[in-house]
Amino acid sequence: MPPGTKIFDPSWVFSHLPSIWERIVQHLQLTAVPLALGIVISLVLAIIAIRRPVTYGPVTAITGLLYTIPSLAAFALLRPIFGLSLLTAIIPLTTYTLLILFRNFTAGFNAVPAEILEAAEGMGYTRRQRLLRVELPLAVPLIIAGIRLASVTTIGLATVAAVLGDAFGGLGQLITEGIQGFFPTKYLLGAALSVLLAFAADVLFVRLERVITPWSRARAGAR
Amino acid sequence: MDGVIDFFADPAHWTGTTGIPNRLLEHLTISALSILFATAIALPIGLYIGHTNRGSSLAINLANIGRAIPSYAMMVIPLPLTLSLAPVLGYDPTFGLDFLPIFLAMTFLAIPPLLVATYAGLRSVDRDLIEAGRGMGLRERQILGQIELPLASSIIVGGFRTATLQVIATATIGAILSGGGLGRFIFDGLNQGVAGRPSIYAGAILVAALAIGVDVLLSLLQTRLTPRALRKARRRGMPGPSGPTSVVDGADLPEAAASPA
Repeated sequence: MPPGTKIFDPSWVFSHLPSIWERIVQHLQLTAVPLALGIVISLVLAIIAIRRPVTYGPVTAITGLLYTIPSLAAFALLRPIFGLSLLTAIIPLTTYTLLILFRNFTAGFNAVPAEILEAAEGMGYTRRQRLLRVELPLAVPLIIAGIRLASVTTIGLATVAAVLGDAFGGLGQLITEGIQGFFPTKYLLGAALSVLLAFAADVLFVRLERVITPWSRARAGAR
Repeated sequence: MDGVIDFFADPAHWTGTTGIPNRLLEHLTISALSILFATAIALPIGLYIGHTNRGSSLAINLANIGRAIPSYAMMVIPLPLTLSLAPVLGYDPTFGLDFLPIFLAMTFLAIPPLLVATYAGLRSVDRDLIEAGRGMGLRERQILGQIELPLASSIIVGGFRTATLQVIATATIGAILSGGGLGRFIFDGLNQGVAGRPSIYAGAILVAALAIGVDVLLSLLQTRLTPRALRKARRRGMPGPSGPTSVVDGADLPEAAASPA
């Protein structure tokens, strides 16, 4: 840091609000797209896994392996293939959500008591009705817990994507530019905003779970 | 891919400070130091709150907050401090730019998964067994050492696995702060345009291989440490906790503090 540089210069922030806002929006997109893709893929995989438990092992093994690869390595490996297109960032970000989401989704479905499933069958529900009206709602708390973890994780990993080039944008770009320009205001702002975004997502999904599963709150109150 | 083979075949890439062995050593050194410090902090706290259940919600909440902080952000937040500390402490200024912030970030990131897994591991032990231990006249310390720890060990190692993976991945990103390690190959390659591609690929392959290799080793350790009776139970039907996130994230168990970096 050159002498005389302020650690944090609020006036810079105020004079750059539009471009900072643009980075936030980019970051949200970089998070939302992989998360949505991950949810769809994991839900399908989880439904297959509860019908055919044999598939559970291989799916966790493969998603676990993908999860193990450090994100920077994954972005770097894909960059020569897809160039600086968004795919280079979105593919690894999506695969990182799979392990968390798949495990939580299957755990959610498995947590539905067998008696309830039998009751649904006894009431004449078809398999599809049972899935949509009984299993899915009861699995919601674990499903949302998974989405919550995955969203926080993706927000963090999306900052790393920016390291590969400014085409990926997002808050990581503020950090990288700040470091390279020895400008603390910029990297601290990028870091602070990405932390805030992660917390906001966490709180949002906790709230969401409370709103869509009113019965669990009633139960907690009775305890 | 030809370039990558050439990269690995080039003897120049196997010697000196910028060679693969030295970069690997740097990567392993900083990772091991961080995980050691994190374990020294998280394990006693986790054992205490797991055994007594005192202060557990505070500790778990703190761990969850730690989990939400992106690793890249974590690395640059202490930067102004470490940069101003470096000359004061008589270090080379680059020490404040590379080793210290990366080490701090990695240590901090490794604590939540270790803490949560230690706590969850101890809480997973059947209360009746602990009561039986007390009935047999075991002291609290003996209950912890002879009943709780052996039964919780595989879950604790699961947390250790998650933490280690995160640390190895974060050390890779550390190269952007002019840190060493295998990430250096990726960043150096990125700065060289098309000519840098073999270096990017080689770095990515080395890092991925290191992460997978370490994870496999730790998973073997985890299986070894699982008491035999529990091993069978877990193999039956849909397996419970296994893999990098050793605790299923959910409503009842505290969430596994897991995120790749």
